[in-house]
Parts: sequence; structure tokens; C-alpha cells
Amino acid sequence: MADQTGPATRDEICAVAIAEAFRGDGEVLCNPIGTTPIIGGRLARATFEPAMVMTDAISVLAANPLTVGDDDAERLVEAWMPYRDVFDVVWSGRRHVVMGASQIDAHGNQNLAAIGDWRRPKAQLLGLRGAPGNLVNHATTYWVPNHSTRSFVPSVDVVSGPGYDRVAPLSAAIRDGHEIRRVVSNLAVLDFEAPDGGADDGPRRMRLRSVHPGVTVDEVVEATGFELVVPDEVPESRLPTDEELHLIREVLDPHGYRKAEFGG
Amino acid sequence: MAVTTTYAASALPAPDGRPDKRMTEDDVVARLSDGMTIGIGGWGSRRKPMSLVRAIARSELTDLTIVCYGGPEVGILSALGKLRRAVYGFVSLDSIPLEPHFRQARQQGTIEVTELDEGAFYLGLLAAAHRVPFYPTRAGLGSDMMLMNPDLATVTSPYPDADGVHEELVAIPAFQLDASLIHMNRADAAGNGQFLGPDLYFDDLFAKAAAATYLSCEKVVPTGDLLAEGSLHTLKIPRLFVDGVVQAPRGAHFTECPPDYGRDEAFQRAYAATAKDPDAWRTFVERWLEAPSHEAYLDRLAAERGDDRG
Repeated sequence: MADQTGPATRDEICAVAIAEAFRGDGEVLCNPIGTTPIIGGRLARATFEPAMVMTDAISVLAANPLTVGDDDAERLVEAWMPYRDVFDVVWSGRRHVVMGASQIDAHGNQNLAAIGDWRRPKAQLLGLRGAPGNLVNHATTYWVPNHSTRSFVPSVDVVSGPGYDRVAPLSAAIRDGHEIRRVVSNLAVLDFEAPDGGADDGPRRMRLRSVHPGVTVDEVVEATGFELVVPDEVPESRLPTDEELHLIREVLDPHGYRKAEFGG
Repeated sequence: MAVTTTYAASALPAPDGRPDKRMTEDDVVARLSDGMTIGIGGWGSRRKPMSLVRAIARSELTDLTIVCYGGPEVGILSALGKLRRAVYGFVSLDSIPLEPHFRQARQQGTIEVTELDEGAFYLGLLAAAHRVPFYPTRAGLGSDMMLMNPDLATVTSPYPDADGVHEELVAIPAFQLDASLIHMNRADAAGNGQFLGPDLYFDDLFAKAAAATYLSCEKVVPTGDLLAEGSLHTLKIPRLFVDGVVQAPRGAHFTECPPDYGRDEAFQRAYAATAKDPDAWRTFVERWLEAPSHEAYLDRLAAERGDDRG
């Protein structure tokens, strides 16, 4: 059993940062992939985004908050959602996914597929998976638990999920659907919102939105393999509320599975 | 006046003259040939027709292309040198996110691949099932899916959008499947298949997309019993699209086949570990993949566990 008392720890701050990515989404399929993203999504729904729907990671939409790692938890089933229907939801645009990124660049191009030449990769990764379709249809947030110059790179080896430069020449429907809402790492929260609220010159670039408490701007800049947009004032990522800490520690992840991504 | 119809199990006898499509795994393999393109149902390490995959593994078949939401069938058949190409949306063991033998095959360059966005893959099946040349999608534009698949073409919409622009879309070509292999929970001898778990995946489309479909199942039951265990909505594979029925209890092992059984995670871990250990792989092949029949495989499984079969 993980330590579940005391002040908020980095994993909990990251879960809250992911939850914040869903703020304002309303009635969409909140579809986080991975332990910390799932906790973040479920936290958002249990607090400020109650209209969102979520799968049980198997085949139904479950209305109740589910505990991570408890495969036998009772579900309040709202709808059947087999995989085929998930694709229909993707193409409807009413979805916000959280995926990982083995590599990501300044315009948000993501690589989940392979390191090296895809024809015969040095390291085969998960593959394109659903990233090509996700990015051109609906909002995406990335979760990168190991912020470093190996993951935040000048150029990704394979583009699974296209970034802003790649979609700029594509159709209006694609540009309307494409949104990289946030990139949440173990060090910081990043986005593609220029200070004036829009890209003034060329495709949008990654901006430092906040640093997690205890992390400096310089640390983030040094751990990033491309030039970030860094505003004059960079706030700290917000701390969990007491209610959020209670939900994370007692309801959503009482066994502390989220600690595994943080060397815990 | 509203009519309320209920559908339930029935003791009515099946009329004479319906086909009896029961056969063995080896009968199925005898209908396949070198160089074929074969669709395989299920999803990752879920409800895969493993007794049929093992029958291919112990056969002389070679130079195959398999088309699937990939799981251990990709790893096993590539490691045995049976594959020329894999066409897939992903290749995963679920609880082990990347299939380890597939990883090796990719890194050693031993198979050709057609890797598609997961949703785009669905459209290749759908186009084949509907006998149209392609279905259009936005998935792939902007990503390296187009670079990785130089044969993929785009198509321009004949209809203008609100701004008068004719949108360019990816044309996902219909998969040309010589055969499909799927595993169901129940079926009757005529080939009507039933899934009792939470997801059909794309097995109905694999059946409709292929020139011939072979269905294995946990249990062959009388037609009248098909509604004894599941609702009308579980009868998604009509015999129209099925050419052979193989009764194979635990036929999806070691993948899951709920509600009949879950995934054999210990077995899967042992299988996965053979990717880094050539001796262990040879032992795995001899013991499990070269079992001369599904019966023999089940006997070996029971012996290993020191318990009754099942």
C-alpha cells in the first residue's frame, strides 16, 4: 500500500494536470489511456466535468467512478461500447483521448510507432495504433512521464499522431477537428496556446504553460530537445484540492498504482 | 395493435437438408494453400482461433499473409517463418502491450508489414464485406501511415463542402481475403455462430469479407439451443458466411474467451519469454505448437497442470 497521507506528491499533481485538460469538454467520450491519465480523467468527471462519459476500458460506458486495477468493480452501465463503436465515436469528433508519446516535437508530432527507420526499426514500439485517426478527428492530450531530451526531440522518427505543421495544409474538417489540448509531463504542463491566443506566424509551437511545484523553468528547458515558447511569467501547476486528494487516494487509486510511473 | 415477439430457445427439430459443416482443424488447413491471404478474428489476445492457428503452425503452409487486429498468431506464425506479410491495426498481447515475437520479426526485418491506423483497418474489412473497392477516411492524412504504405491512394470527394472545397480523403482498399478464421463461443453444425462475451470485435466482418470462412467454437449446439445462453443480439454470424465449423473447447487458449474462460496469463507470460530465449522457444514449439491435434494439446495442458482437462 502506497503512502496515502501528507501533502500532494508529483503523481497526484500530474493526475490533476491531466484532469484539467478535460475542463470545459462537457458531454464527450473522455478516453485516457494509461494509469495516471485514467486517474486524471476519472477525477475530472467526479468533480468539474460530470457530463463526460467514460468506458470501463473493456466494453461499456460506466457512469460510476471505478477504482484503477479493480477489474471486478461493480459498473453502473450506461451503454454498450464495443471497439467498433469506439471508432464511430472517434469519427464523430466527440472524444478527447490521452495517449502516451515516446517522442514528441515542437509542433506536437507524436511517435508511438518505432525508433529508427520504420522499415526495420532499431526498436519497435506500439505502432501507429489509433493515433492517425484520433488526431484528425478530435482533441488529444499527451502524457509523457519521462520528460527528457530523448522524449522531447527536434524531430520524431515516425509520425503517429500529426502535429500542427502536418495538419496545416489539410482540409478544413481536419483542421477543425485537430487539437492538441495539453502535453502533461512529470515536470510541467505544456500547450500550443500562444500568448495572444493564436498562432501569429506559422504553425503552433509548444509553450510552457506551468511547471510542477519544485521544478524550475530552466530544468524544463534543459530537458527539452527543442526551443520551447516560454512566457515571461510561468505559473506553478496547481495543487490538488482536499476533495481531489481524497478521491485519488481513497476512491480512484487506493492501491497507489500511479506510483509505478514515478519510480514508486 | 402492437405485437410483442419474444425469441427463446426452442425444442423444434431443425428441418432436413440444411448443410452440416462440421470438420476438424486439419480439414480447414487442407483447404488453405501457400501464398493465401487469411483474415484472423478476435482482438489482441482475445478470442483468437488458436486451435486453427496451431494447425497452420504444424502444417507445411508457407508464404502467408495474415490480416488481423493482431495478437499471438502474428508472433507465432512469424517466428515459424510462415509469414510473408502481416496486415494489422496493431499487434499486442493486451496485458503485454507489444507482442514480443512480432517485435523481433520487425527488428530483424523477417516479415513485410502493412500497418494501418486501427480505425482505417476496420474500413478495409468493411469495404471487402460490402464488395466496394475502398472506403474513404481522414485517418492517415498528416501521419506517416501514408509514407509507410506507398500504395495507399487518396480520393477527392465528388461533393463540395460548405466552402465549395472538394476534400481529399484516404481510400482504404478492400482487404482481399482468401479465407477467414474466427472463434465463437457457440455455433450450430450449419455454421450459425454466437458470441457470449462483451465484444464481437470485427468477426462478422472477417466472415463477410472472405471468400471462405472457417469458424471454431467452444461447443457445437443444436440450433434450438442457441438462444439458451445468450439473447438474440448475440447471433451475429449467420451460416450464409460460414464454410466450416470446428468444435474446439478451449480453442482460444491462451487468449481469453469470456464467459467460458479468461486469458491464461501464466501461459502467455511463458510464451512471451520465449522471444528472448531460443532454447525456450524450441521447447515451446515442440510441446505446444507441434502437438498433433487440439485434443493432444488439451491433454498436454491438463498434464502440465496436473488436473482435469478444462
